[in-house]
Amino acid sequence: MGMTITEKILAQHAGKTSVAPGDNVWVDVDVLMTHDVCGPGTIGIFKKQFGQNAKVWDPNKVVIIPDHYIFTADPHANRNIDIIREFAKEQKLPYYYDVGTENYKGVCHVALAQEGHNIPGEVLFGTDSHTCTSGAFGMFSTGIGNTDAAFILGTGKLWVKVPETMRFEFTGTFPPYVMAKDILLQVIGDIGCDGATYRTMEWAGDAVYKFSMEERMTLCNMAIEAGGKNAVIEADDVTFDYLKGRTDKKGIVHHSDPDAKYCFSKTYKADELEPVVAQPHSPDNRALARDCKDVKLDRSYIGSCTGGKITDFIAAAEILNGEKVKIDTFIVPATKDVEKDLHRETIDGKTLAQIFEDAGAKIGEASCAACLGGPKDTFGRTHGTEVVISTTNRNFPGRMGSKQSAVYLASPYTAAASALTGYVTDPREFIPARV
Amino acid sequence: MKKKIQGKAFVLGNNIDTDQIIPAEHLVYSLSDPEESKNYGKFALSGVPIEDSGLPQGKIPFVNEGQYQSTYKIIIGGSNFGCGSSREHAPACMEIAGVEAVVAESYARIFYRNSIDGGFFIPLEAKQKLTEEIKTGDELTIDLENYTLTNETQSKSYSLNSLGDVIDIIEAGNIFEYAKKAGLIPK
Ligand code: SF4
Repeated sequence: MGMTITEKILAQHAGKTSVAPGDNVWVDVDVLMTHDVCGPGTIGIFKKQFGQNAKVWDPNKVVIIPDHYIFTADPHANRNIDIIREFAKEQKLPYYYDVGTENYKGVCHVALAQEGHNIPGEVLFGTDSHTCTSGAFGMFSTGIGNTDAAFILGTGKLWVKVPETMRFEFTGTFPPYVMAKDILLQVIGDIGCDGATYRTMEWAGDAVYKFSMEERMTLCNMAIEAGGKNAVIEADDVTFDYLKGRTDKKGIVHHSDPDAKYCFSKTYKADELEPVVAQPHSPDNRALARDCKDVKLDRSYIGSCTGGKITDFIAAAEILNGEKVKIDTFIVPATKDVEKDLHRETIDGKTLAQIFEDAGAKIGEASCAACLGGPKDTFGRTHGTEVVISTTNRNFPGRMGSKQSAVYLASPYTAAASALTGYVTDPREFIPARV
Repeated sequence: MKKKIQGKAFVLGNNIDTDQIIPAEHLVYSLSDPEESKNYGKFALSGVPIEDSGLPQGKIPFVNEGQYQSTYKIIIGGSNFGCGSSREHAPACMEIAGVEAVVAESYARIFYRNSIDGGFFIPLEAKQKLTEEIKTGDELTIDLENYTLTNETQSKSYSLNSLGDVIDIIEAGNIFEYAKKAGLIPK
């Protein structure tokens, strides 16, 4: 019987010719990623289980990216960075991207891609639930906890239950005002925030293949908000163009067989989609952006692994160009590379950074920042009853800091358009003139 | 593995996510340092909106002010328990607070896996909606041989789903002990 992309990757890494959903298999791991929040715990368990002087199974396969609590005075948070720094030194890890150095990157999922760690056909685990983002490169990637990560550090292996696959196909062309974020919020609204639990979300269709790698990453990033184990998009020329200059590895392109078995399959007409938001306090609480025009906002936040990539800022800048924001607007590039690109990319001869500053937005430093609340002094964190429109991925109570604040999740277009009006705003009100 | 777990119930609703279980601002404490890690017990479930904390009545703190442990040993949850982040601090903080079992309608995958591989507590699946039957403070007994849950306060019994193939890891204690037994890593 045919297999899906995910089944093929897992079979190959388990040394088997085939696997079926529900099988428990031990797979060989190509990359383990951890960061400042889960790294110290992982290292603690690794040492407890394998000994104080234990060595990681392969230093070239361990990637440590501090990104969560970076620019804070919190002593515990800073101590955690010291722990991962020390470990990287002791284990001679070539891929440790230290804070305060030229090598600092920012948000792990975007940095993994930019630094060439995402390779088609490989298996990547990370101590972060949004590790599913890397599936955009046609690989198997998923989030795990400290214990599993410590197990991998010592053995290079992990057991996995082979997931069933759900297929979401988009035919045609997305309208220019619809972004990957809208598609995702649409689908999560359709299947619910546990609609893909234990499953793979496979994205397909000509509309999806027209997306840049950044937009594909957004699409895979929020599989976890539907409970998904991983997300995957078949690698193609767009993938390999992106990889050029970032890695020498070739990878393996897997296709889902025509007779592969899916537990769910749905085809959408791309041109029928509209800008949507997820209302507080759940990512599946979907509504059309235009139906929320009476929701008054205090803040717009554009950043994170979901909505802080260069394509997200280009979209936001298209709308903010020459205008003034009416509410506090925070711009947080996911990584240093994105930050540099804010000063490089131009629209009408102005850099994106210039456009944001002229519009009255505040630009923060590359990191997770207020996407997950964080220590009290975190840039953009909520402290009261703020109503926020945000390009991040979660709007559970307290996610951006204060339990009393309310978060609407939206695309960068919608977040930017809303910044200009102070109300949730369908970006079409600003876009038609330009497309 | 214990054959029976007894204790008071603490009832929560659907979609209890990891930010409610342990708000992100507290993720800075060491999990390996026994003294410092007690802070996780102190803040366990502190992100649950107050009206939803300890149903049906609500407004019941899981851990009392100034304490590091809870008087409730068994959590009753609805669907999609533990959704959100992969932070192992979530199941860890519940164990540190004294939780021995969670009985929910369904779990988010990473949380479920972390609970088992880390050996923090036993995540069980209910066959029916227990959140509307059991009240916070009810005395419960879980029988892990027959997969039943008895509400001693209300004199009612319910059957639970069996643990399936993860039972081997739970019996071994955690994924490391399991791998040692299975000969995957040296003893
Ligand atoms: S940006 Fe937000 S979702 Fe992404 S890794 Fe950071 S905290 Fe997690």
